[in-house]
Amino acid sequence: MNYTLSIKELRSVLSAKGSLLFIKSIPGVRYSEIVEVVLESGESRLGQVIDVSRDATVIQVFGGVSEVNVKTSKVRFKGESLRIPVSSDMFGRVMDGLGRPIDGGPNIIPEDFLDINGVPINPASRLPPSEFIETGVSSIDGLLSIVRGQKLPIFSGSGLPHNRIATQIVRQARVRGSEERFAVVFAAIGVTYEDAYYFMNSLRTASTIENVVSIINTASAPTIERIATPRVALTVAEFLAWRYDTHVLVLMVDITNYCEALRELSAAREEVPGRRGYPGYMYTDLATIYERAGRINGKKGSITQMPILTMPDDDITHPIPDLTGYITEGQIVLSRDLFRKGVYPPVDVLLSLSRLMKDGIGTGKTREDHYQVFMQLVSAYAEGQYLRELTAIVGSESLSDRDRKYLNFADLFERRFINQGEFERRSIEETLNVGWDLLATLPEDELKLIGVDYIRKYHPKYRS
Amino acid sequence: MVIGKVWRVSGPLVIAENMSGSMIYEVVYIGNDALIGEIIGIQGDKAFIQVYEDTSGVSVGEPVEGSGKLLSAELGPGLIGKVFDGLQRPLSELEVLIGPFVKRGVKASSLPKDVKWFFRREKGLEIGSKVGPNDIIGYVEETPIMTHKIMVPHGVSGYLKEVVGDGDYRVDEVIARVESGGKVFNIKMYQEWPIRKSRPYVRRLEPTELLITGTRVLDALFPVAVGGKAAVPGGFGSGKTVLLQTLTKWSRTHINIYVGCGERGNEMADALHSFKKLVDPSSGRPLYEKAIFIANTSNMPVAARETSVFLGATLGEYFRDMGYDVLLVADSTSRWAEAMREISARMEEMPGEEGFPAYLGSRLASFYERSGRVECVGNPSRSGSLTIFGAVSPPGADFSEPVTQNTLRYIGTLISLDVSLANRRHFPSVSWLLSYSLYVDNVSAWWSKFNTSWSELRREFLRLLQKEAELMEIVRLVGPDALPDQDKLILEVSKMIREDFLQQSAYHPIDSYSPPEKTLMMMDIILKYYKKAYDVLLQGVPLVSIKELPIRAKISRMKEVSPNEFSKFYVNIVNEIEESFNNLVKGVVG
Repeated sequence: MNYTLSIKELRSVLSAKGSLLFIKSIPGVRYSEIVEVVLESGESRLGQVIDVSRDATVIQVFGGVSEVNVKTSKVRFKGESLRIPVSSDMFGRVMDGLGRPIDGGPNIIPEDFLDINGVPINPASRLPPSEFIETGVSSIDGLLSIVRGQKLPIFSGSGLPHNRIATQIVRQARVRGSEERFAVVFAAIGVTYEDAYYFMNSLRTASTIENVVSIINTASAPTIERIATPRVALTVAEFLAWRYDTHVLVLMVDITNYCEALRELSAAREEVPGRRGYPGYMYTDLATIYERAGRINGKKGSITQMPILTMPDDDITHPIPDLTGYITEGQIVLSRDLFRKGVYPPVDVLLSLSRLMKDGIGTGKTREDHYQVFMQLVSAYAEGQYLRELTAIVGSESLSDRDRKYLNFADLFERRFINQGEFERRSIEETLNVGWDLLATLPEDELKLIGVDYIRKYHPKYRS
Repeated sequence: MVIGKVWRVSGPLVIAENMSGSMIYEVVYIGNDALIGEIIGIQGDKAFIQVYEDTSGVSVGEPVEGSGKLLSAELGPGLIGKVFDGLQRPLSELEVLIGPFVKRGVKASSLPKDVKWFFRREKGLEIGSKVGPNDIIGYVEETPIMTHKIMVPHGVSGYLKEVVGDGDYRVDEVIARVESGGKVFNIKMYQEWPIRKSRPYVRRLEPTELLITGTRVLDALFPVAVGGKAAVPGGFGSGKTVLLQTLTKWSRTHINIYVGCGERGNEMADALHSFKKLVDPSSGRPLYEKAIFIANTSNMPVAARETSVFLGATLGEYFRDMGYDVLLVADSTSRWAEAMREISARMEEMPGEEGFPAYLGSRLASFYERSGRVECVGNPSRSGSLTIFGAVSPPGADFSEPVTQNTLRYIGTLISLDVSLANRRHFPSVSWLLSYSLYVDNVSAWWSKFNTSWSELRREFLRLLQKEAELMEIVRLVGPDALPDQDKLILEVSKMIREDFLQQSAYHPIDSYSPPEKTLMMMDIILKYYKKAYDVLLQGVPLVSIKELPIRAKISRMKEVSPNEFSKFYVNIVNEIEESFNNLVKGVVG
């Protein structure tokens, strides 16, 4: 939106609370326009109009209201929504949660100013994502295949190695047979300085990527800026994807911090709280972030999202993972049990899911037997897990030979299929072959989910 | 028309002043961009307006213009195969107009006004005869498998003065004139209808026919009647959307409407593309030639979620009135309920449970109650139906939450999805212990046209599955060895029911649609196996040898047998079961 109204200024703050300012309305104030709050010291902070009526205007101040003096502080209305300068020169740059450079480099010479809220993609203009991204990680490529344009979050827990997994994926991800432009936009939302540094450093040293843009809002930065941070990152991503035909992977850590900020803001606005105090519109709010992924008819670029969130108390029914799971196209769930067993990456393949997998695999994309091998592996592992639980209660005495083979399979599956090195890249063929080697430890007539022709072709017994 | 001024803006809620004279649910245009909104409350001269587009940039004092009309749908040729947003804007046309992003303030005609349709006049219609609402005056072959019947709009009745001859006409051309008391009504091929108001019918008919979905667990165990209503609650990852899209694809209805309400854009894109590729089993034509899509994805304005649901119901009733069987699938009603909660909170209404407004239940009812099999208004006399499936997305898969609980009060079939089944890759993940159908007695007459008794098979299946659940409790405590062979057999047969019958692949070329005849025969095969196995068990044959019979593997592949060959397969396998068990008895006992 572009408004040609002259800038208005006001010096009548009525009250300040949390991150909100309440002021007397002046004519012409627009809903969701951006304001500048100028303190006595001359420091200025950005804010946004979140409610406007004839009597009062409510402003949410990015950066918080500390030091705001209701007598001396000034509010300057900008007449437009929050926009950031974007340019194809942003690679390698580091910006704060509002898109301002913090790497000591020069200002960004803008090619355009874009509204950070973006515009919804017309559902009829979307292309169904179907290009397989090979990450080199067996558990993901084999069982949770990612496609370009997908949004697939990592559900982690505190202390689990989601940072390492995410950077491994970024380091190794490629689309086979494609040399197209590839970029990473990294958004750190309320993470510690160490975490942010780890990411920036590993992304920078990852040999395949020269194209990283970082948007950093650390834990010490103002909470309220976190509301803008993912949107700023996605605005940069959209600019690169739709304007410059780039395939962009957007990495966002930690969505949990974003939701906490949302709750804080909602509480300050005295809204009726929903589950666990999070606002009732959190689903919609998260959707306006996650839905900014996809592919568009007639455009060469794409936006793939990998948000990372830490489940409070490892609880997957907590509102943050729950609402996320309702919006994203699957989830990669990390397991504390596997982590304790020393399995890296500790992916819980039974709770994890990639909804767009079926469109990205098979003949011409990965390998013809991929889907059936995937179904058989998961099903056999589920059986093994079930038997583990059973033996924990009734002991292993009563187990049949078949059951023992399944138990053995489950162990092997964790040690050889899921487990792999942090710098180990397995091609999809290698991944599927490991899968076949493990399936070969089961009786052949147990492989009901695989067609006979594929068994003949790929089963180690018939290979060679 | 009333012209007021914006007094307050708070997200999708705008309060306008100087609005006296406007009515509830009147459409208004807000601000300089003429954003579309609907009045949902009036207090003095202030109107509370929910706005169907993003309100950023609206300022206090901007004009608000009343339209004097209720939010209405345009009904006429040009609906089939289209994708609309919640305000019935044609999204494919918008793409051509403004590109791949949905900008606000864009106005576009719902029905193409420049397309000419071939209108075939109803032959039995005589000039001078009396006509009334919903009388059929002609036909348009909208797609090869869908004849659009042109009806006299409601509110018009009198003597037919003139009907045009067969030929090509645009929807806004006058094709007939009706005179009543000196007043002449011009009739066009399209009409308007307020989306919140249900279209009238003569009387309701009892739902007695099975809605053939081709999904075995529904048709066989938890049937929905034609004109019935069903809810599909399930946590995320339980395969809700896949199941609902499968139903929209294969259900044997004349028109299938899919409403994507507050859901994922990529899924909607996938549905649109797959409906173009997939072929309707009965006609051999692409599925989209009998489908309509309404897409209001989760990042599109929340208030339009409600209109997308009611728009779907209105389109459904309109085709019902032509004498068609219509299926309406709304995915997901929870997102609509959340939109209600958001608007309600901004209006500072007294919240009910979990912040949802107290009228949540009645609003849900006003949607589900639009389903039904009815005798339609108008000549020639005909009956039509609207069947509704509503998805529910309970937070944390906890079914005690208000949307699920309120929905249960109005529906006839509960198709309860279980995440733990989905995690074990059992799809469709319909829980056989929690789901129910109130239409069982209604549709058993329908099933009785087959030789085998469906009711009995169904009862036996549910009994075995229930028994399995009880036995598993014991197994979990003491292990499977403690069970006698009869009980182990029940576990074995229940496993067959689960894996070889209930599990059904939505993507398998043959298995994705299972006709009722095949479904029934499959049930019969499994129970014949069970009865035989039970008999020989009593005769002293150990369970181990029963399990080793090769017939078991054959049954497990029966889903993949095509419906055309299934009768033959059935006869063979029934004989084979008989034989192999008899041989077994001879071998072991004799």
